[in-house]
Amino acid sequence: MKKKLLHAFDWLLLLGSTLLVCTFLGIILWDIFSKGLPAISWDFLLQYPTDGMTQGGILPAVVGTVLLTFITTLFAVPFGVACAVYLNEYAKHSLFTNIIRASIRNLAGVPSIIYGLFGLALFVQAMKLGTSVLSAGLTLGLLSLPYIIITTEEALKRIPNSMREATLALGVTQFETIKDVILPKALPGILTGVILTLSRAAGETAPILFTGVAFYINGVSTSINQEFMALPYHLYMLSTQHYAIEQVRPLAYGTAVVLITLVFLLNIVAFIIRSKYRTQD
Amino acid sequence: MIDWTFKQVFKGAGFLTIALLGSIFFMLMYNAFSFFSRINPIDFFTGIQWDPDTSYSIFPLLVSTFLVAIGSMVIAVPLGILTAAFLSEVAPEKLQMILKPVIEMLAAIPSVAIGFLGIVLLGPFISKLFGIQNGLNALNGSILLAIMALPTIITISEDAINSVPNSHREASLALGANKWETLFKITIPAALPGLIAAVMLGLGRALGETMTVLMATGNAAAIPKGFLDSVRTITATIAIEMGEVPYQTTHYFALFAIAAILFLISLSINFLGEYFANRLRKFDA
Repeated sequence: MKKKLLHAFDWLLLLGSTLLVCTFLGIILWDIFSKGLPAISWDFLLQYPTDGMTQGGILPAVVGTVLLTFITTLFAVPFGVACAVYLNEYAKHSLFTNIIRASIRNLAGVPSIIYGLFGLALFVQAMKLGTSVLSAGLTLGLLSLPYIIITTEEALKRIPNSMREATLALGVTQFETIKDVILPKALPGILTGVILTLSRAAGETAPILFTGVAFYINGVSTSINQEFMALPYHLYMLSTQHYAIEQVRPLAYGTAVVLITLVFLLNIVAFIIRSKYRTQD
Repeated sequence: MIDWTFKQVFKGAGFLTIALLGSIFFMLMYNAFSFFSRINPIDFFTGIQWDPDTSYSIFPLLVSTFLVAIGSMVIAVPLGILTAAFLSEVAPEKLQMILKPVIEMLAAIPSVAIGFLGIVLLGPFISKLFGIQNGLNALNGSILLAIMALPTIITISEDAINSVPNSHREASLALGANKWETLFKITIPAALPGLIAAVMLGLGRALGETMTVLMATGNAAAIPKGFLDSVRTITATIAIEMGEVPYQTTHYFALFAIAAILFLISLSINFLGEYFANRLRKFDA
């Protein structure tokens, strides 16, 4: 009897922990969406902020985040994919590849604020790009690099060796094999990893703090040499630094809804690509 | 010839990752040395006050950083490991299909949104619960960081528990142990190196997190006496002060010096995590 009770307790412990974790997510989503959705309208998405940020919309922040993520992609994806191709297709197990792999794992563990400092020292100051959406995008690109390499390599690993051997046996060079056979076949897997990485980059705040983000700019950022507004930074400023914090709280909730929805949408796209790809195999 | 050229291009991309880690390290060290040429390292590590322009001591920031991070692990480690055990040993497949996306969603929420909830939801709750004026304190930060570290800890712990060979479980069950005794006395101890690796990665994440602690912990740069005190971590200090310091001043270099210490701490925790993860892999073979 005592033993049975004890087992019921064990079971409750495991189930309770799991339920608590689910509750955390539930509370987060419930609070943000129940208080934030009323603030959402086309005007909120498509208008400029007015009256010292207490009225109007968040258009420049949405545009800024999209532009920023675009620059991050342009920079990080080619380098990340190339590095993964080298590791999986060309390199033999050697000291050099071991060092590369160790670097990648450690880069993934470097705190994001340190990427921000590095971006400040390298892009803003040394390369004289100034505080701009370009500097911030490059900084986020560096941050994303290890994740893109890791996920791309996983996608490449899933391609059976027989395909490589078959094309090489036909006399096709290794580069052509990679370009015409391996990469197209691995594309869905690579895309999934890239989208997930970008969803993470879009929500980052610390790396862009000193590299170009601004609380307010006049108009929409169109030039990559200008400072820009971004959704996560906008939420941070509205909730901590605004002169009328209580008054702008609905706007802060609305911004949080837009940011989380954007990130979840990217995740869902990645999920769909992944599940289609899995059933194909 | 084309083949050879492209191989070198790809190889160059590989080299870039080494160069990147190397340059981050060099940039931090170079600026930290500029700082230590102006300020005595002994004062930096043993002083008790971080007060730019008069006293630069990392000590209160280090205490704050570890207080919040270790507090978060106290919450997240048992919760994460038990949830991982539930997922891999108890939950039927259909339930797993629901729970895994839940954990992925939790991992996807941006840190600034979690910090925002620390201000509007958890802060007022803590101040009411303990009858204190300000709910922005170390406890608030620890709870939020625990939530953020949970997905990492759960996913890696689950892998570790799954990688324990079934023969272990079967042997234990055959000896008359029941399901629970097997889980707590055989499976979890066998997965221990992997679980430690999971905790290390979670801890690394908690130590390096910026926005959540910046928003939720109150940012008082004094040595905290307990979890209900306001704290200011290394990451939050950099985030607050870097935007306002003139380049190449002592204060500017000081922020790189504390960043260098944070970098070394994260690096060591990563290495420890990897060491334990490798031990689990050996056990596999």
